[in-house]
Amino acid sequence: MNKKKQYHLSYAKWGYIFILPFFVTYFIFSLIPLVDTVRYSFFEYYRSGIKEVGPNFIGLENYAELLKSDMIGYAGNTLILWIIGFVPQIVIALLLANWFTDVRLKIRGKQFFKIIIYLPNLIMASAFAMLFFALFSTNGPINSILMSIGLTDTPIDFMGTTFGTRSLIGLMNFLMWFGNTTIMLMAAIMGISPDIFEAAELDGCGSFRRFFSITLPLIRPILAYTLITSIIGGLQMFDVPQILTNGQGNPDRTSMTLIMFLNSHLKSRNYGMAGALSVYLFIVSGILCFFVYRMTNGSNKGASRKTRKGGHKA
Amino acid sequence: MKHTKNKLGETILAYLVLIVLSFLCLFFFYILLVNATRSHADLQKGFSWLPGNYFLENLKNVANDGSFPMFKGILNSLIVSSCSAALCTYFSALTAYGLYAYQFKLKKVAFTFIMAILVMPTQVTAMGFLRLMTNIGLYDSLLPLIIPSIASPAVFYFMYSYLESSLPLSLVEAARIDGSGEFMTFNRIVLPIMKPAVAVQAIFTFVGSWNNYFVPALIIQSKDKMTVPILIATLRGADYMNFDMGKIYMMITVAIVPIIIVYLLLSKYIIAGITLGGVKE
Repeated sequence: MNKKKQYHLSYAKWGYIFILPFFVTYFIFSLIPLVDTVRYSFFEYYRSGIKEVGPNFIGLENYAELLKSDMIGYAGNTLILWIIGFVPQIVIALLLANWFTDVRLKIRGKQFFKIIIYLPNLIMASAFAMLFFALFSTNGPINSILMSIGLTDTPIDFMGTTFGTRSLIGLMNFLMWFGNTTIMLMAAIMGISPDIFEAAELDGCGSFRRFFSITLPLIRPILAYTLITSIIGGLQMFDVPQILTNGQGNPDRTSMTLIMFLNSHLKSRNYGMAGALSVYLFIVSGILCFFVYRMTNGSNKGASRKTRKGGHKA
Repeated sequence: MKHTKNKLGETILAYLVLIVLSFLCLFFFYILLVNATRSHADLQKGFSWLPGNYFLENLKNVANDGSFPMFKGILNSLIVSSCSAALCTYFSALTAYGLYAYQFKLKKVAFTFIMAILVMPTQVTAMGFLRLMTNIGLYDSLLPLIIPSIASPAVFYFMYSYLESSLPLSLVEAARIDGSGEFMTFNRIVLPIMKPAVAVQAIFTFVGSWNNYFVPALIIQSKDKMTVPILIATLRGADYMNFDMGKIYMMITVAIVPIIIVYLLLSKYIIAGITLGGVKE
């Protein structure tokens, strides 16, 4: 026991040395910026033309002004855009994960399908949005195809309507993320003991019942994790709507997201407002981070207990 | 008998859905590739399912375009992404090893802190980051896009989980008895053991950095330092209608095809790597 303590003491400094680069980098590039962001959220500080106004302390005025501005509307847009992408994503992912893991179906070429459905996740979101912009423009190939097969006589202005623009953004988000979610959920379903499924089959449980009464309840932790991380991802939605609408959130700012709003404040050096908006975002992300922390930490305790047990055996 | 029929029906349905989804995933890239091989005049006439023979011409036009230095952009993106991937994986592994193998007072605090910021979006500190970079003279430089990747909580967590499952501490102990210094033990023994984890995370960090748009768009100003996503955004902002469409499709192609090729070569490892870092039940 004594010997062990000595060994811990003599090597402790290496632990500090090894984790130092991480914490120094985080301190400089994230914590200082965070403090600075919070500080300037209480100041009147912006640039009009080449003249810089402020910084003058104004308390919570930026926060109040943001609440009166379009921020709430943009938060609504972000939420709607996230839902349009997330709902089909989770439904399709559940369906595919269920099929892929069902041994009775014997689907061939699983690896091939997995490679294809994961592909859009790695594509540069900005290039993907640019591609959609070109494809769905009024004289683009999609309209050309639709007209040649006689579905429409005149070109459809997809990006001229709120519904069209939002659907396109939702479609892109869906395509980019359903493969990733499918593979995550597959891993979760494969973690369920096959005995449970066998027992269910012996009891005459059909595919439908099996899915709703066994699979779904048992993968609830992973579903919750997918949901929360997807909300955090949705909160950060930027590249796709920014490029598709050229930063305007057209039509009529109905596809303007919160981060696009932040970006426009940052671009115009409107630091006070950008700070207050960041703090709002920070609070929401903080709450979501807390949920993720609870989930990962709970499982981590289990994992480290397992390792410790293994260590004894070794 | 009825049961078997049911399963057959479900299998057919599964294939149908899979084929439709695969079609959706590939369709847009197919149009992209076809259109990148056609001339502007050709593209104006309408869509064709067959590729043209304008591929090299379009590529030449993209390479010679001074206002959108696409190949310089690819070079910049390559520098930023490779350096980020190298720094991020090395230091995440180092941090994970430091927290896994050593006992020290602040260990618990440090671990809890990293877990608490695991999924914190970078955008919330973007304003302070932009100001700080401007103040210390790193505005319009590639360094702010590279150095912060040293502190990547998610990669750290992945490395830590990997160490938990594959590095017995007795090995470290044995190295010590053989007189290996602590740094040497990490570089010569621990890092080789972590190779699979490092490879997977290097790929993901590379791709993430290659595709990153938000931060570079704030930091980079001059044309010769722009990365690919910023060039794409500039392209979108330009007077689009007067452009050679063949060139535009070719620009999008050169932006995404390198990643697709790398993906197809490494897909086995990438697909397997997705779930490794996920939450364990």
